[in-house]
Amino acid sequence: MLLEIKDLRVKAEDKEILKGLNLSVNAGEVHAVMGPNGSGKSTLARVLAGHPGYEVTGGSITFDGKDLLELEPEERACEGVFMAFQYPVEIAGINNTYFLKAAVNAVRKYHGKSDLDAVEFMQLLRAKAKLLEMDQAMLGRSVNEGFSGGEKKRNEIFQMAMLEPRLGVLDETDSGLDIDALKIVSNGVNALRTPDRAMIVVTHYQRLLNYIVPDVVHVLTGGRIVRSGGRELALELEEKGYGWIEAETAGARG
Amino acid sequence: MSTSTETIEQLATREYKYGFETEIETDQFAPGLDEDVVRRLSATKGEPEWLLEFRLKAFRVWQKMTAPTWHNLKIEPIDYQAISYYSAPKKKPELKSLDEVDPEVRRTFEKLGIPIEEQKALAGVAVDAVFDSVSVATTFREKLAELGIIFCSFSEAVKEHPDLVRQYLGSVVPYTDNFFASLNSAVFSDGSFIYLPRGVRCPMELSTYFRINAKNTGQFERTLIVADEGASVSYLEGCTAPMRDENQLHAAVVELVALDGSTIKYSTIQNWYPGDANGKGGIYNFVTKRGKAMANAKITWTQVETGSAITWKYPSCILVGDNSIGEFYSVATTNNWQQADTGTKMIHLGKNTRSTIVSKGISAGFGQNTYRGEVRVGKNAHNARNYSQCDSLLIGDRCGAHTFPYLEIKNTSAKVEHEASTSKIGEDQIFYCRQRGIPTEDAVNMIVSGFCKEVFRELPMEFAVEAQKLLSISLEGSVG
Repeated sequence: MLLEIKDLRVKAEDKEILKGLNLSVNAGEVHAVMGPNGSGKSTLARVLAGHPGYEVTGGSITFDGKDLLELEPEERACEGVFMAFQYPVEIAGINNTYFLKAAVNAVRKYHGKSDLDAVEFMQLLRAKAKLLEMDQAMLGRSVNEGFSGGEKKRNEIFQMAMLEPRLGVLDETDSGLDIDALKIVSNGVNALRTPDRAMIVVTHYQRLLNYIVPDVVHVLTGGRIVRSGGRELALELEEKGYGWIEAETAGARG
Repeated sequence: MSTSTETIEQLATREYKYGFETEIETDQFAPGLDEDVVRRLSATKGEPEWLLEFRLKAFRVWQKMTAPTWHNLKIEPIDYQAISYYSAPKKKPELKSLDEVDPEVRRTFEKLGIPIEEQKALAGVAVDAVFDSVSVATTFREKLAELGIIFCSFSEAVKEHPDLVRQYLGSVVPYTDNFFASLNSAVFSDGSFIYLPRGVRCPMELSTYFRINAKNTGQFERTLIVADEGASVSYLEGCTAPMRDENQLHAAVVELVALDGSTIKYSTIQNWYPGDANGKGGIYNFVTKRGKAMANAKITWTQVETGSAITWKYPSCILVGDNSIGEFYSVATTNNWQQADTGTKMIHLGKNTRSTIVSKGISAGFGQNTYRGEVRVGKNAHNARNYSQCDSLLIGDRCGAHTFPYLEIKNTSAKVEHEASTSKIGEDQIFYCRQRGIPTEDAVNMIVSGFCKEVFRELPMEFAVEAQKLLSISLEGSVG
């Protein structure tokens, strides 16, 4: 088991958002987490990454045998947890390539490896850029500054390719993308699927799952995962919406 | 959420690393200032009559002046009678090479991480080191002399090139200019003098490291740079001072004269003792810097101001000649209880004159950072252009950033642009970096470095490196 979340309870600003969430992910698997707005999907993604805005009040997260909740955000990143942001942040004056080099070398340092030198780094950069069909010009621009929505999301996936995480968490990566951008981003994600890498794809819409085909689909509502199934569950949600599951869950509880 | 804010503030409030004193015998006047002190100072330095007259006129004007209050600074009253106005190393050797420099002085430079010998060997920088008030080391003189370039201490220039000094001293900053400039004119101790003959491009960066040392000694540098027609020079000034409790007054005057078609680039890193975390001690830094650009001449001021308890400084350009250019690039940081009121004046008098102002203010802790800039376009300055950009970066929520742009346009063909922004180092930016494996400290450095980039790239290479170190910034080394 690469990731095991047990009975996770999370508060933000005194409001309980996750209320006993369970989720297990094996290496090599792609899990989709779907749910209505406000169900706690993005909270789950951010808590995995260690966002300081949330308070974990109960439960556990074990990642590759380690207690993830004990680790700082940068330690989690170095252990191989990567989050593709829903709203990637702009950093003026720092070019993408430099930022990536700092990140790649920070992760290497954590694992006791020496920095990549400029030549090695550029080779890696070019190889990954080719894999994801990234425009080289984008790499010389400031981090996300003046990027279109699609460019920002592509840049996130490109960063994932460079950092080669064990677990990729994609937080609503499809939001705000037109169909062409969606295809490009999905192709990128698919290119990064490997037997030892897992992904959690957080999304509101089934649409993304036409391109990134998940092994397991989970429905998150009311702070818990209420149903899990295969890809057909996503199609069922597409057809019927989330209402019926919420009603069923409420019925089962009441 | 508060954890990362705290870490940022810890970073911003790191203790001053260069706090130590050098024990060296000094020859020092008793505290106090009157006409007699001015005369004694001039006599001690063996100055000619005309210079004593200049000092006395300045002193008489200064006595009738009061310290300015228009700035956005809180300053405890300064007792000018409690300050000693002259201090010099007792041993005053005639030096042919750096090997002859007092070992104690050299150790000081080494502690600061600026071993002069290494600089001499590696960087090809001619260093005129000002230790307290009197120059103790001058290098590369001969090489410069071959080109007719004069680079020496101000005192030496008075002795060896009196006509040049007399011609240009006070020609850009008159002794009546302002309270601190008049004080400086009366009691200036030493500084640098540079003269470039017509058409000569200085083949190396000229550099001076200033260091305030003896206790209770105000230091009043006077620097004069004259570039004759078509000449060009890049001058670097860097400073740091030892830690102590009393406030130390520093009131320098820098005058630049850029004759037709010449270029002067003046870069400063100012890292004087800023006071402790409670706002105790620190240097008062009241500086008057101004350049006069004649036809087709260009003056560039670049400054990185990280030190001093109080900074009051407005490097300015008077664009007298047609087609002359003035530039001002500034990074000013204030941490703890530091205050800075800094900016520039661009005075357009000639036709087709152009000026650029890029100011980056970074405030942390309880620091207060003010940009104050004036763009004035005279009635004959047809087609004058100015572009101003003033950005402020806030770290934490107890600091402040203020911007006071003044415009006075008397010619309708002028084009003046002003852009301003204020941003906070966001939690989300820090988190984004950390999520990519970059620790908070490095993330802050990176964000600050990106913010200052437009200014850093104006600095000569070796200075840019030092500036980034000063702001604890990891180098931005890769593809641009």
